[in-house]
Amino acid sequence: MAGAAALLLLADGRFPAGGHAHSQGAEAAVKAGRVHDAATLEEFCRGRLHTAGLTAAALAAAAAAGHDPLALDEAADARTPSPALRRTARKLGRQLMRAARATWPGPELDELAAARPQGVHQPVVLGLAARSAGLGPLEAAQAAAYDNVSGPATAAVRLLSLDPFHATAVLARLTPETDEVARRAGTAGSGAVEDLPAASAPLLEITAEQHATWPVRLFAS
Amino acid sequence: MHLDHSHTGHHPERHSASAALPDGSRRALRVGLGGPVGSGKTATVAALCRELRDRLSLAVVTNDIYTQEDAAFLLREAVLPPERIAAVETGACPHTAIRDDISANLEAIEDLETALLAKGAPLDVVLVESGGDNLTATFSKGLVDAQIFVIDVAGGDDIPRKGGPGVTTADLLVVNKTDLAPYVGSDLEGMARDAKQQRGELPVLFQSLRGEPGARPVAAWVREQFTAWTARAVATA
Repeated sequence: MAGAAALLLLADGRFPAGGHAHSQGAEAAVKAGRVHDAATLEEFCRGRLHTAGLTAAALAAAAAAGHDPLALDEAADARTPSPALRRTARKLGRQLMRAARATWPGPELDELAAARPQGVHQPVVLGLAARSAGLGPLEAAQAAAYDNVSGPATAAVRLLSLDPFHATAVLARLTPETDEVARRAGTAGSGAVEDLPAASAPLLEITAEQHATWPVRLFAS
Repeated sequence: MHLDHSHTGHHPERHSASAALPDGSRRALRVGLGGPVGSGKTATVAALCRELRDRLSLAVVTNDIYTQEDAAFLLREAVLPPERIAAVETGACPHTAIRDDISANLEAIEDLETALLAKGAPLDVVLVESGGDNLTATFSKGLVDAQIFVIDVAGGDDIPRKGGPGVTTADLLVVNKTDLAPYVGSDLEGMARDAKQQRGELPVLFQSLRGEPGARPVAAWVREQFTAWTARAVATA
């Protein structure tokens, strides 16, 4: 596959774009007792992958396909009812923008950064970063889909002192589904913006609002 | 944001520690304060603010591990107005946020710089306080221009001898709570000797915030750094 190394770099959890401080809903799910071991982590990640993950991956694919990122940012807002999640998505988008402009500089990233200095939704920036790295819609969707499961898995290791081998095995078991979600998202991303998937996970939206008010927490979201 | 970023093979330093703001003006000097849990980083930051706030335009970024307590403490103590204090959340990894992935901290600093510039009060110095961590936690050069490592006599007088990146390489080592030394049996002369061995010519200051001169020596060091920073910014302008 062309650009495989660039995709590995973009999807690497060590890519310095601020993701390490976010649990993508895992902290709230752990506190509520819904995630307490590898099996329940897998259920959480699977649910996230097929809902918020699919939507994010399609937005990333659409940005990589060359759709107007500002229109995609609006499409992301329409798919994100929770103000807390919108704030988080834009914050992470802004942080990813910084890393992307340092690693794969390009005029499209510069234009978007100038148009929205406070950031756009992270999947949109992810897609544009992939485009700037020479990757296509499918690869952008793969990076976004993987981010949607690897983030919570990493957070669960810290939150639950979960065996890291078990958490990584969860991600390995999810790889066929992650690929399938990325494939669907990649195809959708090449179509019209108004036809992008709008799968959502209401519980993630609700718990994100609650989590944002906690006085004591390990993760920013 | 860095609108004047060029793609002609320059270092990507504009994204982090470039000495100038996008409009070409001098940005604030960034000083990191790191060190183990409980060594007195927040108390030192508060004392530095009290010493320096009448001479310099200051702001503080805190990196709490799981609360906003450090920021809340600084607010409660009213060492600076609220618009000069920002808290960064670190996802259970304080060293990551100051070393491996500095994006949230850079953003917090830039937001403070932008907001205060808009109010006509451009910043001179931003103090970035890390979450309490271990002896290996140091700040990235992409985040700060100078770093202070704060240890204390009650944490064990063998810490300077053990070394580690914080003790060995920080631009300033502060040995805090010297007033406690007689009570915990710490050998200050031995600590000074070990620190000298580990650090060579790099400075070490012993500090007690319970009495004179308090944080004044460390504050003087920060002011020296700021003077040098300003001179450097003029020279490269």
